[in-house]
Amino acid sequence: MATSTINLNTPEVSVREIRLGSITGFHGNASELVDCSQCGKLKDKKRSFSQCLGCSTAQAACVTCLIQDAAVISHGPVGCSTCLHEFAFTYRVNADLRGVNNPTQRKVYSTNLQEKDTIYGGAVKLENTIREVYKRANPNVIFVLTTCAAGIIGDDVESVTNRLEKELNIPIVAIFCEGFRSKIWTTGFDAGYHGIARKLIKPAEKKRNVINVVNFWGSDIFNEWFRRFGYEANYLTPYSTLESLQHSSEAVCTVQACATLGSYLASSLDQVYGVPELKNSPPYGIAQTDRWFRELGQLLHKEEEVEEFLKEQKEKYLPKIEELREKLKGKTAYVTAGASHGHSLLALLHELGMTATGAAIFHHDPIYDSNSSDADTLAHTVHDYGDIKNYTVCNKQEFELVNVLNRTRPDILFARHGGMTLWGAKFGIPSLLIGDEHFGMGYEGLVNYGEQILATLENDEFVKNLEKHAINPYTKWWLEQEPYTFLKGGKK
Amino acid sequence: MSGLIEQERYACAIGALQTVVAIPRATPILHSGPGCGTMIAGFFERSTGYAGGNTSPCTNFSETEVVFGGANRLRSIIENTYKVLDTDLQVVVTGCTADIVGDDVASVTDEFLDEGKPIVHVETAGFKSNNFVSHSNVVNAIIDQYVDKYIEENPVRSEKKLVNLFASIPYQDPFWKGNLVEYKRLLEGLGLEVNILFGPFSGGVSEWQTIPRANFNILVSPWYGEKITKHLEKKYGQPYYHFRYLPIGANETTRFLKGVIDFAKEQGVPLDEEKALKFIEREEHAYYEEIDNLATFLLEFRYGLPNHVHILHDAGYVVGLSKFLLHETGIVPKEQFIVDNTPKEYIEQISADLKSTSDKREIPVYFDPDAGKAQDIIRKTNHSGRGLIIGSGWDKELAKEKNYDFLSASLPTPYRLVLTTNYIGYTGGLRVIEDIYDTVLYTYK
Repeated sequence: MATSTINLNTPEVSVREIRLGSITGFHGNASELVDCSQCGKLKDKKRSFSQCLGCSTAQAACVTCLIQDAAVISHGPVGCSTCLHEFAFTYRVNADLRGVNNPTQRKVYSTNLQEKDTIYGGAVKLENTIREVYKRANPNVIFVLTTCAAGIIGDDVESVTNRLEKELNIPIVAIFCEGFRSKIWTTGFDAGYHGIARKLIKPAEKKRNVINVVNFWGSDIFNEWFRRFGYEANYLTPYSTLESLQHSSEAVCTVQACATLGSYLASSLDQVYGVPELKNSPPYGIAQTDRWFRELGQLLHKEEEVEEFLKEQKEKYLPKIEELREKLKGKTAYVTAGASHGHSLLALLHELGMTATGAAIFHHDPIYDSNSSDADTLAHTVHDYGDIKNYTVCNKQEFELVNVLNRTRPDILFARHGGMTLWGAKFGIPSLLIGDEHFGMGYEGLVNYGEQILATLENDEFVKNLEKHAINPYTKWWLEQEPYTFLKGGKK
Repeated sequence: MSGLIEQERYACAIGALQTVVAIPRATPILHSGPGCGTMIAGFFERSTGYAGGNTSPCTNFSETEVVFGGANRLRSIIENTYKVLDTDLQVVVTGCTADIVGDDVASVTDEFLDEGKPIVHVETAGFKSNNFVSHSNVVNAIIDQYVDKYIEENPVRSEKKLVNLFASIPYQDPFWKGNLVEYKRLLEGLGLEVNILFGPFSGGVSEWQTIPRANFNILVSPWYGEKITKHLEKKYGQPYYHFRYLPIGANETTRFLKGVIDFAKEQGVPLDEEKALKFIEREEHAYYEEIDNLATFLLEFRYGLPNHVHILHDAGYVVGLSKFLLHETGIVPKEQFIVDNTPKEYIEQISADLKSTSDKREIPVYFDPDAGKAQDIIRKTNHSGRGLIIGSGWDKELAKEKNYDFLSASLPTPYRLVLTTNYIGYTGGLRVIEDIYDTVLYTYK
């Protein structure tokens, strides 16, 4: 048994490369990756050309800005928080999915570090900012996100936040998420959860009939499911409150919409606060949906009710799924998405009778913090539906995607990250991005997705026209090279 | 101002990579942390251009580069940029990481310069300044390191009628594309030829090469960009005509154009003045036909129209819109908020320009990039009548709190999509009117 990856005694979270052995470069068959992962022989590869990635600080913001009564301070130059306005929009637009009737303005600040601060340090500035934010916003909790500049100049953010916590008498949580620390931006989720787990969550004094759901801000499908078994969903962390976070330890178990998102929080709740983690990968595709619900049944001691539920679901949805399979049979798809949602999308499209011509998944975690192979979504997908050729681990490198799409020309492109559908469309390939990550879950999710895929394939006039006029900055030389020309080193 | 900022309305210095993106077929190369490009893309939205956004090469600083320096990584990325992307100009912009560890970027780009590559480098560490300031640094770097190489084919001030226009900052001004094209149309209407340098209606890098040929420069800006025209004055002896706010609507557009005519005459430009004035007259005529039609609506609409406005924007828009709205629609500017981090030395002049809007009323103005503070001031105001807020997406929430009308016209905003709309000029004024009253009429359901 490996030692636990959760250590709430240090201010910083250990980055994924070190904690989980995660990688960002691989090309081969999915089964090779699964085998390497399972026997601990995963080696990373490097690229000698690269395009803009994404960094931890935005993901840390993602798990903190949407907490109803929180204020978030980015300790850095203004640039490190310029995209956070997007969360203000999200918060307003999706509020009613979580029953928040009057979504309040998001409270987002920058300490606005200047050149002189990089010389004399920014700690005093941070202190003053925290006091001013406390006065101005009157939040119940303040998060401080670190940035590259703050990290390199070595500001002691932990001491400042601890001191101000005592002074102001509200939790003030330092979250260490400097961009340069990790090539895997999902480390930022872990950093955010690390802060929440070490500073906010309290040991449970009682248990309640609620189930924690680590998710983004998707549709409220979990309550529909859980209420049948007598439980309510406690959605974490978007639209949560300080109080609901503090009491998340009272839940009977924790589930997650995506293991890459939820791993650290779910395992912290399990290993430190005694809330069992539902370890199985999320319910996408029939086989995985059944596994997931059965594990839920065990955790809730509702095995029979779950079997009854699954039977009903099959009766209700299988005929429709069969119809969709008929229509989608033989269609090819390429998937570009984050792990492990991308693995779930691969399961989903195979369940609907389609074939993946390949996939570009942003990173790969050989194991999650639960240290359970039940959480290995890619392994489930390969086991349930067969191997996937041309499986690449590629952190949103558009040049590789463009090259591959140009070669393989699938019938449809599935993407799960802003900007990635553009190149499908430029090649005249119908392209689909479903923002709501709960949309494809369960039996009804297969129907939802199947219908959406059919509509996307049918409505191809726009992409066919765009193809004729598409602007292409890539050289002819590049489009003729092997797509992984710049991916070097490591061993398979 | 260097205190905290709530609700940023601009990016840090590396945000000026959008200045590069706005030049047709140019690409920024980021020597920065992995998240800088995504942050900037998230701020500006729909701003990929030819090779920005996910397409831009980036060294994606990791621990290794922080400890050992990133020069080798940069060299490899630049080398392969030439293989992968087909571009006319490459501008290396640096992030905090590269500047703090002290990478010698120039010595790397020099290697490629020696091979004859059109490459430029400029320091844009986020802590050094913001994109209003570093826009000028990027433009000046391109002038010094690229344009100047073509000086022999482009003798200084050799084209009497040619002018370089420096006005909207690409992408930071959401209406930059439309505005630049409209400036070009108006100035050509006077008989000038115009380099607008950015956007699809500019001539790309070959237009940049002709910058020295221009007889003079036009700067339409309260402060940002003056570093460029001062630089060109020193470098090529080109004087510049400075109009300090955005000419929106007929009064100010005519004032702007007549100012240009006078300046051009002083510079010995062989303009047909009569023809130029005819052009202005025709534009005004078309404009006032619309105002004439509109006036009845403004005067008689009985169900309620806004009578006062708060604007949160850069100084050019705040002054330009205030003048326009007061005199050409009758909406009275109340407390105004300039959130562009105006340098101290310009504040007095901008205040005077705003004051000159009216000789009978005071328009209180606040200079502070901390827009959260600005919102708190608006929360406490209590003016009679229906209010209007013109600002960024952040202000939509405030407008809802105050039950005011809201027009999204500054960054960042997820609530509005702008493609080629212009707000400057005669047509721009009419468009502002359309936008305001469409928003108002939309509330009647």
